[in-house]
Amino acid sequence: MSEPSPKSAVEITAGWRLMAALGGVALLCGVLIVAAFQSTLEPIAKNRRIALERSIFSLIPDGVTLHIYAVSTQGLILLRSDQSMPKGAQRVYAVYDAHRQLRGLVAEAGAVGYADVVRVLYAYDPQRQAIVGFAVGAHRETPGIGDKIRTDAAFQKNFVALEARLDVSGQSLAHPIRTVKHGSKRQPWEIDAISGATITSRAVGRGINDSVSVLLPRLRPHLDKLESPP
Amino acid sequence: MTELRSAPHERLGLSVESIMLNVVLALLPIALFSIWLYGLSALVLLLTSVIVCLATERLFNHLSGQSSTLGDWSAMITGILLALVLPPSFPLWMTAVAAVAAMGLGKILFGGLGMNVFNPALVGRAFVQAAFPSAIATWVPSYAPNRFHEFIPTTLTPPLMIPPDITAWTKAVSADAFTGATPLAMWKFQHQLTAPEDLILGIATASVGETSAMLILVCGLYLALRGMLDWRIPVGMMGSAIALAYAFHLYNPDFFPPPFFVLLSGGLMLGALFMATDMATSPVTPLAVWVYAILIGLVTVLIRYFGGLSEGVMYAILFGNALAPLLDRSLPTRVFGRRKARKVAS
Amino acid sequence: MKPGEHPLTAFENFMEGIWKQNPVFVMVLGMCPTLAVTVSAINALGMGVATTFVLVFSCLLVSAIRNWVPKEVRIATYIVIIASFVTVVDYAIQALSLDLYEALGAFIQLIVVNCIILGRAEAHASKHPPLTAVVNALGMGIGFTIGLFALGSVREIFGAGSLFGIALFGPSFQPWIVMLLPPGGFFVLGAWLLLFAGWKQRKEAKDGA
Repeated sequence: MSEPSPKSAVEITAGWRLMAALGGVALLCGVLIVAAFQSTLEPIAKNRRIALERSIFSLIPDGVTLHIYAVSTQGLILLRSDQSMPKGAQRVYAVYDAHRQLRGLVAEAGAVGYADVVRVLYAYDPQRQAIVGFAVGAHRETPGIGDKIRTDAAFQKNFVALEARLDVSGQSLAHPIRTVKHGSKRQPWEIDAISGATITSRAVGRGINDSVSVLLPRLRPHLDKLESPP
Repeated sequence: MTELRSAPHERLGLSVESIMLNVVLALLPIALFSIWLYGLSALVLLLTSVIVCLATERLFNHLSGQSSTLGDWSAMITGILLALVLPPSFPLWMTAVAAVAAMGLGKILFGGLGMNVFNPALVGRAFVQAAFPSAIATWVPSYAPNRFHEFIPTTLTPPLMIPPDITAWTKAVSADAFTGATPLAMWKFQHQLTAPEDLILGIATASVGETSAMLILVCGLYLALRGMLDWRIPVGMMGSAIALAYAFHLYNPDFFPPPFFVLLSGGLMLGALFMATDMATSPVTPLAVWVYAILIGLVTVLIRYFGGLSEGVMYAILFGNALAPLLDRSLPTRVFGRRKARKVAS
Repeated sequence: MKPGEHPLTAFENFMEGIWKQNPVFVMVLGMCPTLAVTVSAINALGMGVATTFVLVFSCLLVSAIRNWVPKEVRIATYIVIIASFVTVVDYAIQALSLDLYEALGAFIQLIVVNCIILGRAEAHASKHPPLTAVVNALGMGIGFTIGLFALGSVREIFGAGSLFGIALFGPSFQPWIVMLLPPGGFFVLGAWLLLFAGWKQRKEAKDGA
């Protein structure tokens, strides 16, 4: 029961009619999108904050509050929630406990694994000069193999106290963090790879090493500023 | 049933059944030797694989209302070959999964014997390789002292469950330092070469039937001499693999292993003689057969040297299988005096 | 619908997408999300519901304006309308659950190019009044969701040993990794298509006899 087309093929629709139809639809859709954007802005921001806090506080269980800093060669800037990241800066979350004591710094790292970039979140304790926590973010590693970095208890143990100490110059790590073959971890700065998932394990180690070796030298002169919340 | 193959078949009066039966006979010594090496576990692995393959074929015969095709022995061959390319410690329920995938996915869905594009046993192996990557990379030492009295602990894993950890068991039954890696993996990841005599005699860690290169060669020769196996395929495949390995070895002898290692290790011998030669999945015209065989040999070596996996024969043969119809079509035999007629015929 | 056929009742119109013209099993449309996101039952349902929402509202709007839009620019307007509703869904899912949003990833945005939606807008909604169009779109959406769920549940059961995250076989279940990888999507889809084809053949044979 397709209706016969009201116009025959020869007839040409006037230009203004085409413009009007397109313009009208565009206007309607524009209103729709803006309305949806405005009304979901707040819940989305809240969801994001909750998700971030959940993953950060899971790394530092004593943590109660967190503040976001932008760390660059110019130093430290406290980021308010409405400020955007300056270019070339690295985001660091400073986490404080109920007594307003700094419990640790959380930063993001990433390196190419087997399939794509593996993103991780790690917690750094400035007093112990070590990485004290680790969580896996977005990744596309093979299920059952590469994604063991999230579940393998032995691998998680690597990040209970992974040494990340700067050398005397304060410009680079005394011992670069590296991933070693499964079962051959001898030093506190080595990560014991998961057997069968060496490529993904290496990506985690490389990502953390790259991130730490840029971040720590920049942070060092300003650590006292982070001791208590602003 | 008419077999569209080159003329000798007709002259020798061979049928599909007699060829298949001879392949089974040629595979038996290899199967028996692996039972000697790995004991009870290898025996039940072979039995499971064969029984499930036959049962799957029978079931699909029944579902599609055909008469039984078990009499052509081909399901039996798939069952034996599949067991030969699995590790001896492979759990029986996973073997059953592999056998169903081999017959169902690899053969019956394409229309049965002669219609399948890929070697069914290798389809089964590829399926479980993708499904259970850790179980298929668990290796055990041969000549375990109690092998005729007890199973390898993983063999009897309950269906759908994770096989138990056998590191302790492996340590207990192996005399010297058993590393749990195949010779190819040892070369690739630890840069250690296995002694050639171990490879020839079948002492080295491997799948059930990839053990003794010498025995496989003898059994393959039997088939080749009886004209039941296209000798061009093993010759082309092994020849090209050796040639490429030799070139790499000359280029950098410290890094690349000597050619004998490439020839004797892993599944190259078994693949060249019993897998790539599968009549349904290899090309027909002589030129296409050569190209097919040489390609598989080259791809095997390239995967072994540069791929993420330590063994490449399975994927190389599946790759060759996929190309076989195209090779036949683009490299036809020129019929004397009938150049144009070819198009009509195809 | 082709000319000469009798008009469908509202119920037949609704059931068309669920059964006779099921987008996944009969028309085999929208395979990109079908294969990509169906690694778990909840992902499949989420994707199905999101697609249904976009489908219903796009068809409603396309049908409502069908007499004002000249045919020269109709595809452009359909795309704009579909893209708008996809954006709305995108925001809505982010507001509802970030976990689901991350699991579905880029495939939410890719609903824009899901051929079911543009196909229904062009083939059905642009030729029928709004109510008919919405009923048909709802049936199509539900049919698509059923298709995705059929794949997602099987893949989750084999690939993770669970359904909706609830473990079915206990902690020592051996996951079939291949089911979570792209080939697993093809295998399961193929198995369902085989089952449907076999069932249909049997039914036709019975009807014929």
